[in-house]
Amino acid sequence: MLLEIDEVHSGYGRLEILHGVSLSVGEGEVVAVIGANGAGKSTALKTIAGELRPSKGEVRFAGKTANGLGSHRIAKQGLTLVPEHRALFGTLTVEDNLRMGAWGRRGREGFTEAEIMEIFPILGQRRTQIAETMSGGQQQMVAIARALMSAPRLLMLDEPSTGLSPMLTWDVFHAVDSIRERGVGVLIVEQNARQVLDLADRAYVLDSGSVALEGEATDLLGDSRVQDAYLGG
Amino acid sequence: MAQSPAASLTPSAPAPNAEAPARPKRTYNGPSPRTLLVTLAMVVTASVLAGVVSGSVTVLFQALITGLLTGGIYSLIAMGLTLVYGVLHIINFANGAMVALSMFLTYAAVSGLGLHPYMALLITVPAMFVLGAAVQGTLLNPIMKAPIHTQLLVTIGLALAIENLLLMIFGPTPLSVELPGDHGVSFLGASVDLSRIYAFIGALVLVALLWLVLHKTRIGTAIRSVAASPEGSRLVGIDVKLIYVLTFGLGAAATAAAGTFVSTFTTIEPTAGSVFNLTAFVVVVLGGMGNVPGALVGGLVVGLTEQLGGLIFPGQSPLLTVFVVFLIVLFAKPQGIFGRAS
Repeated sequence: MLLEIDEVHSGYGRLEILHGVSLSVGEGEVVAVIGANGAGKSTALKTIAGELRPSKGEVRFAGKTANGLGSHRIAKQGLTLVPEHRALFGTLTVEDNLRMGAWGRRGREGFTEAEIMEIFPILGQRRTQIAETMSGGQQQMVAIARALMSAPRLLMLDEPSTGLSPMLTWDVFHAVDSIRERGVGVLIVEQNARQVLDLADRAYVLDSGSVALEGEATDLLGDSRVQDAYLGG
Repeated sequence: MAQSPAASLTPSAPAPNAEAPARPKRTYNGPSPRTLLVTLAMVVTASVLAGVVSGSVTVLFQALITGLLTGGIYSLIAMGLTLVYGVLHIINFANGAMVALSMFLTYAAVSGLGLHPYMALLITVPAMFVLGAAVQGTLLNPIMKAPIHTQLLVTIGLALAIENLLLMIFGPTPLSVELPGDHGVSFLGASVDLSRIYAFIGALVLVALLWLVLHKTRIGTAIRSVAASPEGSRLVGIDVKLIYVLTFGLGAAATAAAGTFVSTFTTIEPTAGSVFNLTAFVVVVLGGMGNVPGALVGGLVVGLTEQLGGLIFPGQSPLLTVFVVFLIVLFAKPQGIFGRAS
């Protein structure tokens, strides 16, 4: 497994959000995490990315422990997070955002700039535009493109469809498909449960900081508990 | 998109949706041409007014030249301040003391080692870079997440420490550094010291260099990335704390260069920096906190305001006009002349 997290407890200060979560992602596998607001989905991604430190349990990436490494060191190993609010370099051009995406690449094989422009053609036309002057959907594309420039081995997307039109959501999910084809693992957190379960290979359902259900995405789509709670019955 | 859509995603592939760009497309973040024109128009108006009040073209010309030359130095001093604020969001109250420290280092290099004052840059700039980096690495990095007053108090404490250390080592007697061959030159009836002209040119060259470093090098782009989003920077693998150290070092180096240049025409004493401190704050706020091109134009505007204000309101402190302009700008455009409303 590319990423394994084992019985991880994590949170903000004394407030524990994750109470022993275990999950894994393999190479070229798209794994979804669904759950209600406050279930701990974003906390899980931040903990894996090193923005939060687990109080108990272990995060292992490519067979090595990532516990306690700063987030910039984790990023350099090819574990890249696109946070929900994107954390773009708003005052920089699209081009500079992408260039900086490659900061921690260290010569890893992976997406070239030309290939990324093929996935997001609009960015090729907007190279010199200041990122914060783009629309929300375009900014999401810059954020994912910047992450791809790091040649990630595992890409984590936190609510990539937030604020996007259905068409743009479709574009983003389609991009995830092309990313998977390149053997990159994808861990994706989504509110939009039906769409993400259509896309994913496997999924975890988080409830109040613990894994309530896990399995093949198609099985979960058919599970009555998932249907009742997250797919609108 | 070129690829065939994944079957599982197609059930309701929505119709192409032309999402209009919500905001105007911009490719440049510096002062807008319109703002520059308005600023220029105001400077011209003030010049005409000053010319009428003083009744002498020579006097006006002298004021304009002196204002521009002094303004260039203000820009350079403000550059360090605005860079540090833009990236670290720390208001460095020790900036003025660092100017004074650099003036004393210049004095020591000239009188102790017999160097030409401008050769002292080879000592002051690297030495202050190291000092700035050390201050950030040891004193400020541990309190980056602390409330802003904690950081303010640390920089104020640093200013006091530097000033009193200078007092202890060099004593209270004012010192001076002379530029060999310095003399007044006459230019269209106005008289200017060569040392001030060189300082102005030096300041402009250094401001341009700093801009080039920030915009044309990988490390400079990383500094701007950290300014834009520390979190995003960490997520692409940038060591944000290291960038903080480099940035404070770079800011201190710019301040050091300014100190060496002004030492050739300013009295050198431990508190010499405090007057620059105040002016540099005005420049930084006028230019937009964290805006490097803004600090350049802001410095020139403040230099000119001082001189033209002195002509328009004779007998008043030149700083009076500067602060009146400062208050008016803060009132009308709190984000600074060149700051963009966020």
